[in-house]
This record gives sequence, structure tokens and C-alpha cells, in this order.
Amino acid sequence: MKSRVISWLLMSAVGAGLLAGCGDKSEQEQQPPHAEVQVSEPVEIVVYSSRKEHLIKPLFDKFSGETGIKVSYITDGEGPLMARLEAEKERTPADIFITVDAGNLWQAANRNLFQPLQSEILEQNVPAHYQDSENRWFGLSVRARTIVYSTERVKPEELSTYENLSTEDWDGRLCLRTSKKVYNQSLVATLIERHGVERTEQLVKGWVDNLATEVFPNDTSLMEAILAGQCDVGVVNTYYFGRLQKENPDIALALFWPNQESSGVHVNVSGAGITKHAKHPKEAQQLIEWLAQGEAQAMFAGLNMEFPVNPEVPVDELVKSWGEFKADDLNVEVAGRRQVEAIKLMDRAGYR
Amino acid sequence: MSGAAVPYSQLQKPNLLQRVGLLRACALAMALVVCAPLLIIALSWGDIELHIWVHLVQTQLGRLLGNTLVLVIGVGVSVVLLGVPLAWLTATCEFPGRKLFDVVLMLPLAVPAYVMAFVMVGLLDYAGPVQTVLREWFGNSVSFSFRGTGAVIMVMSLVLYPYVYMLARSAFLSQGREPIEAARILGFGSIKAFFKVSLPMARPAIVAGVSLALMETLADFGAVAVFNYDTFTTAIYKAWYGFFDMRTAAQLASLLLLIVLSGLFLERKGRGKAQYYQNSRGHAGKGRMELHGRKAWLATAFCALVFALAFVIPVGQLAYWIINGAWKDWDTRYFDLVGHTLYLAGSAAVITVFAAFVLALYKRSYKSPFSQSLVRLSTVGYALPGSVLAVGILLSFNWLDEWAAMVQQTMGLKVQPVFVGGVLALLLAYATRFLAAAFGPVETSLDRIKPSIPEAAAILGAQPREIALKVYLPMLTPGMLTAALLVFVDVMKEMPATLLMRPFGWDTLAVRIYEMTSEGLWQQAALPGLSIVLVGLIPVMILVRRSAH
Repeated sequence: MKSRVISWLLMSAVGAGLLAGCGDKSEQEQQPPHAEVQVSEPVEIVVYSSRKEHLIKPLFDKFSGETGIKVSYITDGEGPLMARLEAEKERTPADIFITVDAGNLWQAANRNLFQPLQSEILEQNVPAHYQDSENRWFGLSVRARTIVYSTERVKPEELSTYENLSTEDWDGRLCLRTSKKVYNQSLVATLIERHGVERTEQLVKGWVDNLATEVFPNDTSLMEAILAGQCDVGVVNTYYFGRLQKENPDIALALFWPNQESSGVHVNVSGAGITKHAKHPKEAQQLIEWLAQGEAQAMFAGLNMEFPVNPEVPVDELVKSWGEFKADDLNVEVAGRRQVEAIKLMDRAGYR
Repeated sequence: MSGAAVPYSQLQKPNLLQRVGLLRACALAMALVVCAPLLIIALSWGDIELHIWVHLVQTQLGRLLGNTLVLVIGVGVSVVLLGVPLAWLTATCEFPGRKLFDVVLMLPLAVPAYVMAFVMVGLLDYAGPVQTVLREWFGNSVSFSFRGTGAVIMVMSLVLYPYVYMLARSAFLSQGREPIEAARILGFGSIKAFFKVSLPMARPAIVAGVSLALMETLADFGAVAVFNYDTFTTAIYKAWYGFFDMRTAAQLASLLLLIVLSGLFLERKGRGKAQYYQNSRGHAGKGRMELHGRKAWLATAFCALVFALAFVIPVGQLAYWIINGAWKDWDTRYFDLVGHTLYLAGSAAVITVFAAFVLALYKRSYKSPFSQSLVRLSTVGYALPGSVLAVGILLSFNWLDEWAAMVQQTMGLKVQPVFVGGVLALLLAYATRFLAAAFGPVETSLDRIKPSIPEAAAILGAQPREIALKVYLPMLTPGMLTAALLVFVDVMKEMPATLLMRPFGWDTLAVRIYEMTSEGLWQQAALPGLSIVLVGLIPVMILVRRSAH
């Protein structure tokens, strides 16, 4: 008897839910006619983002407050989001696609998921090597992938370049993150661009030979291993270091800016573009332009302790304390163009 | 006898054929929904990206297949060694703490595998507290890696043994004491009676549990990634996320399906034609074997050890992180997150168990090779990596949207997606993904019902619908509750389909975990992580209450 009551309750809950779900749909479907009547109907733009909620929501809230344009979003990995955009074609609700790493941005552009965006504002505020050559996407924040070392066991004078980490000096002292992470694929892609495949493969083999232990699943656990004494140096994105430093200002780790005499520190971007079939390209452009300048740009980078893409915008205080450095000025597109080559090379070199 | 359905339909008047047809129609419709994504994946073989295949074969596949084989064997053996004895002890014996363990040994099901992996590696690897203390005591020479093969197998087994435990438990409960008493009267020792009578009778249930555990092992990416342990799934993701070649990824995925299907086929062959029926619902809980002295304490210690490793340690770590600052993540949005999680998990559980019931009944009633293979095919999607299957499901709904768009166009309506991004599509996606989890327990309890029982009902003039609802359904209640619990908890933890197909604003606890962990903020994911475990307690309690009598 009791079980029957429970199952009825469950069934009716599901039924009600399905109806409610359908109800939501039909309400949405009925909206457009209204929009024509009420001129003041607020516009709603939709963002697909592989940059996570806590790094974008505060900005969207602020933008909506200032402009009255509502922003809806879903977050997911870039692979699934691109697959969805590709499948939805002209039916997609998405106006903007935000993703991290130029490799992913290049891929989205290459698969024709973006439309070109002509904007004086963006041209003025985003340096040329941080944007697509056909204006399909623009970088919005810069992340540096640099060397981190133990202040207890390494003197900064010992360090010089990414290439130097493959020499015998670092035998058994190096920690790396897995080659499956796009950040490392992009780093190797730029090395291939500079040195060619053969020399890069030797370098990567040198890194693998110097590894103190298996590669790590993320930058944070890599730095914890250096702290625990398992190895002495590693390669990480600066903001991961920033998080640890914020928790513990006296942390026995420091950042080193390599390749200052040559190519500069490897940098990458997170960025955005307007989708091919955007329903609100004008408002979408307004949001991207807004993100590229002023307070919003400072916030976009600052929320994640990254560097603003706009050189006019001030850097977060803690980030500033790491010092100035020369960044690689290769167009970040290279990361995308040479990604497949880079992965194959790392597989051959035994870098897992 | 060729098929159970024949006698009923011969006994009934013409309109009955329609009713029998109803079951078939329902089953076919459900199988279609579930198999469509698999079909999309299997149809990826149109053209082949040769340079990627050559590269994968030359540098990856040998090692990955070896790793996968070792992992599958290791996890398979371990979940049996953990799940079966635990189920036997709690279902048929009496020892200190038995009542408590009966319930809590299911709880590790609510701990997501990647959380378990992260916590265990964090505690036990070089930089973790355990080894740090050991180094302080014994010097730097004491160090071991907790990221090797053994560690992966241990972590996966601790998370996955509940599948075997729960299915074996309900099998042992429904056996009751009679068969084993009969064996004892015939002169078998208690150990021999277990191996010769109880275990073979529970074999289908154990196999169903192990298949679920192994399919999840094959599908897993999150937990093995913490160890950087490369499996076949790694190749799928390398093709997709690294080479951005979805086609090759789908081709690899369809090979994985082929392997799983052959595995299941071989097991069927091995089991032969043996069938084990129960006469009635067993008298569970009556006449438990009382364990005394050292035996009793060993039983208690075994249960306590597994529970501690699989639940107390990970949950304790989450609780520690929450006290240490992760509580700051709390805000009123959590009511929504919990609400969405409960709603989606509850609805998906009901839909999925219903689908499993229909398909299992269909498989039993129509014993054609077609029906058998169709049902088998409907349940292998569970072995696919979640994101791959999620995209397959998305594509099949997207195909429907394309048709809807044509209708919208001809009717002059605004063209917009009808299915993708709606709740209904998401619920059906869950049903597709977790049908296997519901099907295992439902089918094994259906198999235990003697054909003579529904036949008797048919002879007494019962209509097929009455037989389904008044004979099968009550006898299947324990199995269906187990199925509902598995689906409920699996949906709560599910990420890929939820992320890809949720309507705007429909964030769940799992989505919240993803937002944090994908940025490496593991400690801040503690609050949604612990919430999942707590919400998971609700269905566990219901199940235990219901299956106790």
C-alpha cells in the first residue's frame, strides 16, 4: 500500500515536471511576438563558455547592470561545446563562444564556428599577436607558462631557458604536468615553430630523461611535489602559483622568467568570438568590446590572477609583484596550427 | 518451451494480440531512443584519418590496451573479492554491527570516482601527509609512489564494489536459507554449500554487478587522469581533444563497444543454459547464521575496514576541507542546486527503471535472437566515455531538432531547438546512459522468477497486462528499488551529459563540482561533493527500509 503511494507520488512529480518543462518552452516560444509590441523588451544574449562560472559570472552581472542586456550562459569543456555548436548550426542559441588557450580558439575558427568581427575598439585594445588574423576571435586575458623553482634548493642563477631544463644539470630534478594538457601542447608548438621538429624532439626527450617522477595531473600538485622535495623545478601557469602564494605568502617557491635573452616567456590567451549563427551579433560585440577595456578588462584578468591583454589596463597587485618580463611575441595562433604536430612529437618522445 | 509469450496469446481472445504488441512497441521505441546515439557513433567509419591511426597504433595503442586489460582484470577480481563476501555476510549472517554495515556499505556508491582518486592521491602520494610524516620519522629514503597500477586498481575497486555488493546482496536475500539448509542436510559443509549452492545461484547477479563495474572502469576518464594512468579511453580523448578529430574518437569508441559486446557474449556462453529459480520470495533475515567469537569479529573488522577506506576517509577529507574554508561556497543558490539534482535524479530514476522493466519483460517474452541482441545493445552504452556518449545523444536529439526546424519553417514559426537544451532531452539522455545500471538488477530478479508462476496466472485467465502489473511487478520490487537507487545516485554524479544538455540555469551539484575541479580548485569542491553524498543517503535509506522486510 505504502509503496503504491510512493510510486504515485513519484510518477506525478515526474509528470508535473515534464509539463513544467514543456511549459517553459512554450512560454519562450511565445515571447517573440511580444517583443515586437513592447519596444523595451530586454535583449538576452547567450554565451557558451569553457572559462568557468566564477571567472565570468561577476562580469556578466556587471555588464547586465550597466547595459540592461541579460546574459545567459552554460559552461562545459571546449570539446563538447564545439561539438554542440557544430551540430546546432543556425539553430544555436549561442551568440558568443569563450574558451581558453589559443589552440582551442584557432580550432573553433578553423571549423568555421565564428564570424569575423570588425571593431575599431578591439583593434585598438587587443595587441595584434593576441588576435586572429581574420578577426574571428580576440584574446581577453594573457596567461604565462613559466618556470617555478624551490627557493630552498635552487638559485635563480642556475636557471635560464625552457631549453636548458633538458640539460644534465636538471637530471632527476624536474617535474612536469601531463602532455595531455593543452598548455603544454601549446608550449611545445611554439618550440617547434622556433627550433623545428628535430631539435624540439631532442629537447622534449631531454625533459623526459630529467623527470624526477611521473608527470602530474595538474599544476598545483606539481608545485606541492616541489615543496615536499620530490623535485626542484617545474613549468606552470602563473595563476596557479598565485593561488598558492595567496594562501601562504612565505611559500618556499618562486617564479622565474626564462628566455629573456631570446624568445621570451611562453604566453597564451583566453579569448572570445561571435558565433557564426549569432542571433544578437550587435549586443555580443558590445559585450566583447566591454570586456577588452577599462575596469571590466582588469576584472577579467584579475579574477584569475592573469595578465590583462590590454596593455593600458593595470595589473593585479600580487601579479605585479612577480616582476616585469619579456613575453614571446609570436602570434598565439601558432599553438593551434602546430598542436597536432606537438602532440605527436611528445608521444614519440615518451612524454605522457 | 520456445517462448513464454506463446501460451498466453493462445489462451486469449484476439484483441489480446494488440496488448502483447503494446509491450513490443514500447520496448522497440525505448531501444530506438537508447541505440540511436550508439548508431551515430558506429556510423563514423565513413572515412579514416590515416595519419592519426598510424600514429596511435605506432606510439599508443599497444601500451593502452595492455594497461586497460590489467585494470579490467584487477578491478574485476577486486570488486568480486570485496562485494561478494560483504554481501554474503550482511545478507545471511549475524555479527556485531551487521545492521549498520548492511546500510552503510552501499554509501561509497555516492562518492564520485574522481573525488576518491584525488583524495587518496592527495593523502598517500609523496607530497601527502602520510609520507611526509613517514619521512620525518624515518628519513628521506622512505618514499613510495601512490600513482602506479596497484593504486589505480585499489581506488577504482573501492568506488565500484557497491555494484557487486548491492546486486549480490539482493540475490542472497531472495535466496533465503532454504537452499543452503537443503545442501547442509545433504551433507555439504558450510563452505562447500556456499560455493556449490549459494554462489552459483547468485552468479547472474554477481556477473551483472561486475559488468556494471567494468563498464564504468572502461568509461572512466576522471579517476585514471588523476593517476595519469592511460587506458583505451585516453586514446579516445586524445583523438578528440588533442587532434580535434571527433571521427577517429567515435571510431575508437565503437571498437570499445565491440570489445564489451564480445565480453558479454562470452560470459553468456560460459554460463550455458543453467537457470536458477526461486520458489517464492525468500525469507530474508529469518534464520541468519549467527557468527561467534573470532569469526564474528573478523566479519566486523572486514566490513569496518572496507567502509573506512571507501567512505570514512574520502568523506572525512571533504568535511575537513569544508571546515577549513570551503563552507564559504555556501549561498542560497545551493537550494536550487540540490533541488535540480533531486528532481533530475528522481525523475530519471523512475523513467529509467520503467524502461528497464519493459525491456527486461520484452526480452523474457520474445526469445528471438533479434530481441536478445537489441536489448543487449541497449545496455552497452554504459561502457562509453561519458562525453562521447553525451555528444552521441546530443546529435540524435539534434537530428530531431532539424526535422522540427523544417516544420517550424513551413509553418512560418521562429526556428529554434525544441529538444536540445530542454529538460525532456536531458532526462532521456540519463535514461540512455544509465539503462544498463537499471537493467542489471531488474533482469536478474526477473530471471529468478519461475516461468510456471506467470503461466499459472495466465491459465487462471489473467490478462498479460495484469500479469505484468500484478505478478511480475510485486515480485520485482526489490530489484527495481536497487535499480532506482543505482540510477538515482549515478545521475547525481553524472557530469558530461548534464553539462552539455542542461537547460540554462539548471545547474546541479555535479555541475558545481565540475566548475571547481576543472580549475584545480579541489578543496572548494568539497561542499557540493559532500552534499551529493548526503542527498544520496535519502534513496539508500528508502531502499534499505523496503528491502528489509
